[in-house]
Amino acid sequence: MDLQKVVSSLQLAREKRVSYIASNLKESQMSTATKKNKKVSSNNNGVPKLKFNSGWEYAPAPESKSHIKLKGRYDLFINGKFVKPSSGKYFETINPATEEPIAEIAEANIADVDKAVKAARNAYEKVWKKTRAAERAKYIFRLSRMIQERAREFAVIETVDGGKTIRESRDVDIPLAANHFFYYAGWADKLEYAFPGRVPSSLGVAGQIIPWNFPLLMAAWKIAPALATGNTVILKPAETTPLTALKLAEIVQESGLPEGVVNIITGFGQTGADIVNHPDIDKIAFTGSTEVGKIIQKAVAGTNKKITLELGGKAANIIFEDAPLDQAVEGIINGIYFNQGHVCCAGSRLFVQESVYNIVLRKLKDRMETLIVGDPLDKNTDIGAINSKTQLNTINKYVSIGKKEGAEIYQSSCPIPDKGFFFRPTLFTNVAQSNRIAQEEIFGPVLAVQTFRTDEEVIEKANNTPYGLSAGVWTDKGSKIFNLTTKMRAGVVWANTYNKFDPTSPFGGYKESGFGREGGLHGLSAYLKV
Amino acid sequence: MPGVKERIVIPDFRMSPRVDQVGVEERASRFTKRSIKKQSKVEGLKLVLSMIDLTTLEGKDTPGKVKQLCYKAKHLLDNYQGLPTVAAVCVYPSMVRVAKKSLEGSRIKIASVATAFPSGQAPSKVKIEDTKFAVSEGADEVDMVISRGKFLAGEYNFVFDEIAAIKEACGEARLKVILETGELSTFDKVRRASDIAMYAGADFIKTSTGKVQPAATMPVTLVMLEAIRDYYYSTGKMIGMKPAGGISKSKLALHYLVMLNEVLGEDWMNNHWFRFGASSLANDVLMQLVKEKTGVYQSGDYFPID
Amino acid sequence: MSKTVEKNSKFLISENGLEKTSPKKRLEVLKTYKIYIGGQFPRTESGRYYIATNNKGEQLANVCLSSRKDFRDAVVSARNAFKGWSARAAFNRGQILYRIAEMFEGRKAQFIEELVKQDASKAQAQKEVTLSIDRLIYYAGWCDKYQQIFGTVNPVASSHFNFSVPESTGVVAAIASQESSLIGLVSAIAPIIAGGNTCVILASEPKPLCAVSFAEVMNSSDVPGGVVNILTGKPSELFSQFASHMDVNAIVYCGNDELIQKEIQQKAAGNVKRVLIYQDVNWLSEKGQTPYYILDLQEIKTTWHPIENIGSGGGGY
Repeated sequence: MDLQKVVSSLQLAREKRVSYIASNLKESQMSTATKKNKKVSSNNNGVPKLKFNSGWEYAPAPESKSHIKLKGRYDLFINGKFVKPSSGKYFETINPATEEPIAEIAEANIADVDKAVKAARNAYEKVWKKTRAAERAKYIFRLSRMIQERAREFAVIETVDGGKTIRESRDVDIPLAANHFFYYAGWADKLEYAFPGRVPSSLGVAGQIIPWNFPLLMAAWKIAPALATGNTVILKPAETTPLTALKLAEIVQESGLPEGVVNIITGFGQTGADIVNHPDIDKIAFTGSTEVGKIIQKAVAGTNKKITLELGGKAANIIFEDAPLDQAVEGIINGIYFNQGHVCCAGSRLFVQESVYNIVLRKLKDRMETLIVGDPLDKNTDIGAINSKTQLNTINKYVSIGKKEGAEIYQSSCPIPDKGFFFRPTLFTNVAQSNRIAQEEIFGPVLAVQTFRTDEEVIEKANNTPYGLSAGVWTDKGSKIFNLTTKMRAGVVWANTYNKFDPTSPFGGYKESGFGREGGLHGLSAYLKV
Repeated sequence: MPGVKERIVIPDFRMSPRVDQVGVEERASRFTKRSIKKQSKVEGLKLVLSMIDLTTLEGKDTPGKVKQLCYKAKHLLDNYQGLPTVAAVCVYPSMVRVAKKSLEGSRIKIASVATAFPSGQAPSKVKIEDTKFAVSEGADEVDMVISRGKFLAGEYNFVFDEIAAIKEACGEARLKVILETGELSTFDKVRRASDIAMYAGADFIKTSTGKVQPAATMPVTLVMLEAIRDYYYSTGKMIGMKPAGGISKSKLALHYLVMLNEVLGEDWMNNHWFRFGASSLANDVLMQLVKEKTGVYQSGDYFPID
Repeated sequence: MSKTVEKNSKFLISENGLEKTSPKKRLEVLKTYKIYIGGQFPRTESGRYYIATNNKGEQLANVCLSSRKDFRDAVVSARNAFKGWSARAAFNRGQILYRIAEMFEGRKAQFIEELVKQDASKAQAQKEVTLSIDRLIYYAGWCDKYQQIFGTVNPVASSHFNFSVPESTGVVAAIASQESSLIGLVSAIAPIIAGGNTCVILASEPKPLCAVSFAEVMNSSDVPGGVVNILTGKPSELFSQFASHMDVNAIVYCGNDELIQKEIQQKAAGNVKRVLIYQDVNWLSEKGQTPYYILDLQEIKTTWHPIENIGSGGGGY
């Protein structure tokens, strides 16, 4: 018996060694004979690394700012007009790439919130509720077309206000926002088809609070379905990124939308709280941190207010050994580095199947070297400015925590501007499931890398989090894709792609990532009595 | 060469890495968003010029036509100072001697197609003879075509052996292997064909003959560049890349340079490791260069064709 | 000295054959009413015409009397355009239908005038035109939504992911309502193309003017050539061709004639065409628009794929 045990354990050890060699062989295509000088962790077999960021340099290609129209000071948009704040107070919004102020923004207090709610209520009862659905649709179609007409101006302002690269604003944010209005406009007069057996009706007045990472897009995600379903809204944009919402207010004026249907008031967290607590609001929609989401959920307890929450995430991005590796690496980059990692559904936890770990890391690091961090208005910039000093501090905090926890840090070698808030694309290897950098949301361009061996293991680790917003799965095998997509406890699962959005596609989380869905047919129910 | 392995193990080509088409196309389109302006544009355009294989491969080619092409190769635009010459002139084997004479004294290489170009449908014996003839006539480089029929029938060993035999017949000449990606149709197959070609001895891998649509595209070139990169890391050996056909505008050529720059890096950014197979690209580049200098949009009337 | 002779014609002709116009009135350039095939405006290859008249018997225009060869050419165009049109993103089709409405809105006056010429009152004409525009917007909104209400994910008992999606049926031949010049035509065309199909439609025989003008609107609004082809002529000559053409996937007949309906159904059996008969539909009412008209011209495709079953966790399809 003992002999059997010894033999089988020797066999096991031999199998382990063989599979270890085999996995390295796959990666290096080398015979064992030539491996004597090779270290296990070397990720390019002693071959000199490829040289990026040298040689041909791209000259600055700044997007022109000359055609945009920005006021020096913005008031509150209530009942179809820009009105001064009751307190007379204004705050500054700055350009995080240069730290220079752009405009003064009105600070709404509780009296202003009350004014806005009254305007929205009045517009709902007297006008919007009575407007024929097909006519409501046409207003919303107008908003979409007008955003398209002024797309470049919106993109530049979005970039300057929030630090997001012009390429993202121009190619992703603004088109998606315009398309969102277009999609929901079409639902306005078709609601009887959306919910079989039910005749839905609008809720009334909606209070909507949005974050700073996709300012105009989040405004579209909130306003479009609310209006299409017959509600009126009060929107509060984030204090660091109010400008595109205020420009949207100008479009609302131009479109002829009846006064009071859309109200946009600016302010800090207190303004948001005042909205949440206002007794004459029927519905609260919030996108932001889980921490604040919980406060809001508590605040509306015992009232009749309906709420939907879209909160934080710590998504697992899973690379299997049979994944198309070069495209998977691009998916990793898309998942965590674009938009500076300020994405709630960011693929911030990378799980790489151990047999392809070295090759994936090598490809990932090479790709990171080609990412350009710099002036967000430069068309060649890949990673723009971190949205605020506060957020930069948070990122730095987590990076020190990661180092203290024993994880190994790697950053690309690109230059960064010496003014403004910037951070290089960063990854941590040697990360354990229990590390804080693998559990808590960092909201920056920082990736935590873990390995796994089997499907069971990675499913368990991916789901082992209080969050559940999104996940990514990379494999060439169809049945494995559907296995993972059924098992992931997340509201959005991307297979062989990442960070894809469409107005027709519902988006929202499981567990502490929130509840309710935005986009698609399912996105209608947030704003209807069904 | 530093880092080149002494023994390179040949993989099982049926296990070539998978390629996701949608992902490739997204990545390729991102390169086109780079904005290349001012000094970097001028540098890029000159680099493009130096990478062109000026090509004539028509049934109706005559010595006269080839002589004119060679003259154009040496004199792109005489009144613009500081222009490089093109990298090479590419012709049929029967025209190599004429080209060699016309290009005497210049550093422009002579590339010859061979191996029953463009179809490759001929016995291996004939293809080897074709190659030897081109080399003996003076070709510095040979652009061969793979047997697509054999490849699509799964006879990878045949394809491999054929390339190795042609490489041997090339002697000192550098071998470019044309995959004819338009006929291979999927990116997985392009990757497999690239791997076969490199392991069999190619110095360059090339997309197309230019006789079949689609010819070179950015996505297919990206797949091949990534194959080159993996091969480099596995073996330490550099392989060149040549997209051919369908690149007639400078803007597109600059996008290709951006792609090269961000996939393989600085070491490949010269005409020893990258070529454009093009005929009308040169004049478009010249027009852009003059426009950058004068600030005025140009007309084709002012740029002599060959 | 010549005398002018005024006849019941559009010209003032003097005795010696020369035209004489009053010095104050500007001579209009009269419109030639052609058919619309493949994004172009050819005349009928048969060279034939018929005269469109109003209720009082007054001549309105010389209109092309389309032949079976025109129909054949139109089907070829529609078939060629089908691949591209059905492959476009649903959102893109929605934007194009919206654009048709934009162009249409800009030319309201012309359509109102044509309807009035064809015996509508001004009020009726305005109502019909605005309703037609709004109907296009209605279907523009459906382009990227009908899939969400008519598609399903099916919870099969085996470990498979199983889903059903609507797909465009192909080339649709349609005979528009004969009573209406405009709303019947638009109400037939919109659901066909919103669903990704291409169409060949025969306009109203007695009231063809708006059909040709509508073709002009479509031509100026990003609709690819061949997606909609409009013929003018006699249904009695052509319906049998529409029903029997082997490269047409579905036929839509907007009318009440039971004999024609029967014959269409019989001829359609030749290649198992889908037959849609819209009878007694008041196109001017809300009943004239519904996503079910889109569904009528869709096939349903169901796909199966295995789901591996490894590891813990919930969920399921």
